[in-house]
Amino acid sequence: MANSLETQLVTKQYENAGQTIFAVDKVTINVKPGEFVALIGPSGSGKTTLLALLAGLLRPSNGSINIDGHPLWKMSDRERTKFRSEKIGFIFQSSNLVPYLSALENVELMLKLNGRLDKPGRDWAMELLDQLGLKDRMANLPSQMSGGQQQRVAIARALVHEPAVVLADEPTASLDTERAYQVVQTLGTLIHAQKRAGIMVTHDLRMTRWVDKVIRMTDGKVAQIIESKGEIEAFSRGSDH
Amino acid sequence: MVTDTIQTGVRPVSGKSRRYRTQLGLPVPIHLALKEVWRNKGRFFLISSVVALITLLVLFIAGLTEGLGQGNREYIENLNAQLVVYQDKADLSIPTSRMSQATVRQLRQVDGVEAVGAVAFSNVSIPLPGGKAPLKVSLIGVLPGEPGEPDVTQGRALRSKRADETVIDAGVASRTGLKVGDMLTVRSTLGSKEQLYDLRIVGIAPSSQYFIAPSIFVPYITWDKVRPQPLSTLETGQDPDVSFNVAAVRLKNPSDAPAVSKIINAKVKEIVAVNLQTAYENTPGYSAQQSTLGLMRVFTLLIGLLVIGGFFRIQTMQKVAQIGVLKAIGTSSASVAVSSIMQILTINSFGVLLGAIMTFGLAAGLPSAVPIRFVGSAVISSVASLLVIGPLGGLASIQVLLKAEPLRALGLAS
Repeated sequence: MANSLETQLVTKQYENAGQTIFAVDKVTINVKPGEFVALIGPSGSGKTTLLALLAGLLRPSNGSINIDGHPLWKMSDRERTKFRSEKIGFIFQSSNLVPYLSALENVELMLKLNGRLDKPGRDWAMELLDQLGLKDRMANLPSQMSGGQQQRVAIARALVHEPAVVLADEPTASLDTERAYQVVQTLGTLIHAQKRAGIMVTHDLRMTRWVDKVIRMTDGKVAQIIESKGEIEAFSRGSDH
Repeated sequence: MVTDTIQTGVRPVSGKSRRYRTQLGLPVPIHLALKEVWRNKGRFFLISSVVALITLLVLFIAGLTEGLGQGNREYIENLNAQLVVYQDKADLSIPTSRMSQATVRQLRQVDGVEAVGAVAFSNVSIPLPGGKAPLKVSLIGVLPGEPGEPDVTQGRALRSKRADETVIDAGVASRTGLKVGDMLTVRSTLGSKEQLYDLRIVGIAPSSQYFIAPSIFVPYITWDKVRPQPLSTLETGQDPDVSFNVAAVRLKNPSDAPAVSKIINAKVKEIVAVNLQTAYENTPGYSAQQSTLGLMRVFTLLIGLLVIGGFFRIQTMQKVAQIGVLKAIGTSSASVAVSSIMQILTINSFGVLLGAIMTFGLAAGLPSAVPIRFVGSAVISSVASLLVIGPLGGLASIQVLLKAEPLRALGLAS
C-alpha cells in the first residue's frame, strides 16, 4: 500500500546569534492509510515543528514531504492552501473551533472550503457528529459545549472532507484523563475505519494506547520508532521512556 | 437530552462515490461574515449604533448647513433680478451699504438694464398671542412693481409706495397663522420706546428668509416709517435720499449679467454691482458659518473613521488566533479579508440606515424655528461619505488579517 505521508531527510534549521539550531534534523518517516502514529518527545524536541512542516505551514530548510503522492513544497502558496483544505485534516489543542459557528457549521466549513457542501455532504457531516455522540449538540455553539465535546467536533471537522492525512496537535491537552481517553480512542477508531493517515503530537504517553506506531523525538531527531503492539502497550503505561 | 457518549461503531462513507451537487448556503467569506455578525448581534449592534449616532450628527450638520445657508440667502437667491448693487465702500455688506435715489436713476439709464428697485432691510418683531415669544422677522422695504418685490402666491402684490400694507412670506404665515386680509401688528422701536404698527396683509409670498428670519415686505416709504430708528434721526430730520441699502437690477437679457455689471461699475460712481451668488455669499457671517459647519462635518467624519477603524482593528487583533486556525485549515487570506470587508460594509450600512431614519424622525419632530433643511445632494454626499469611511477605517484591520500567520494555530507564529 502506498504511503499517505512520506518525508525524506526533512530538516528545519534556524540561525540564532550566530548559532545554527536544528529544530528538526533529517527526519524520515512514512505513514500508511489507516495508520495512526503518535509523535512524542519532551518539550523542545521538535515534534510541533515537524507537524507544522508536515502541514505545509512551515517551509523545511532541506528534505522533501509528500502527501498522497504530492510534493508539498513544490506547490505555490495558493496551491498549498487549497491542498491543505482538501488533503489535510487538523485537530489543534483547545479553542480551535470557529466560535460563532455551531458544531454542524464548524464541520460543514471544511466541505464549504472545498466546494463540497451539498446535500450528501451535509448528511455526512451530521452522520459523523452522530457517530461522535453529538447528535443533540449539532446546533450548539462551541461556548455551549464542554472541552471534550469541542474536541469531538474538531475530530469531525478534521475527517469530514475525507483527507489523506489527519494531523493532531496535543488534542487532549485541555481535557481530563477520562475525556482525553475517549477523544483519542474515537480519533483512532475513525482513522482506522476511514483509512486516513493520522499523526498525533502528544506528551501524554498514556494516549499512545490506541496508536499503531510511536515515534519518539529528541533534539529534532527521530530517536526511536516503536511499532510492536506489546512495546506500545508497555510504552503507554509509562514503563519505557 | 444531551448525549455525551462516544459511539465506537463507525460507518465509513466514501466521499469519492459522491458527485458534486448543488452547493448549500452562501460562499465562505459571506457565510463567515454574516454568521459572526448574527451570533454577536449585541456587539455589532453597539458599533452600528455608534455609526448611527455619527450619521445623525453628520446629517444634522448637513441639514443645518443647508438650513442656515438658505436662511441667509433665500431672499437674495430668489430675487427677480440678476444684479445687486452696493455702495462701493460697503465691502458688499448690505447693512453697511447706503444708496441714493439718484443712483437708482443713474442705474436705470445703463444700456441693458430693464428695471431697478431700491431695497432696504431692517428687523422688527411680531407679537404673538398666548404669551409666546415674539416672532423676529426681516422687514424689507421695496418699491412696488420693481425688482426686489417678491412674487405672491396668494392675494396681491404691494401697490402704493406709502400704504400701511404688507406681503408676508410663507414662513411668517405658517408660524403666525395669519392670512390675506388679516391685520399684522409689528413691534419696532423709536429711540428707547417700543412702537406698534398695524399693517394689512395683502399677499403671501413664498418663503423668502433673510438673515435667518422670515420676511415681511412693505412699501419703501412705509418701511422708513416702521423700521427701528434712533431718536436722533427724527430730531435731526432724515434724508429720504440715503436710507435704502442696495438696488436690485433686472436686465433685459439675463445672460448679459457679466457684461452689464462691468458697464455699471464703469459708468456709475461709488457703487459696485455683483451677481446674486456673490451677493448672498457676502451676507455677513454667511461664508464663516458655512465653512465652520463644513469643517464640523469633516471632523465628524474623521471621528467616525477613527471609531470604526479602531473598533474593527481591536476586534481583528482579538481574533488573530482564530484567523490563524482558519488559514491553517485552508481558508485563503483573500477569503478572510473579503469576509472582514463584508462585515464592515454590513455593519456600516446598517448603522448609516439606522442613523438616517433617526435623523429624519427627529427632524420631523423639531419646531419649524430650527433652521434645518435636507436637500438631496447634501444628504446623498453625506451618506456616501459615511458609507466610504467604514471600509476606509477597516483597512487597518485588513492589514492585521493578512499578516495573521496560520502557524499561530500551532502556537508557532514567528
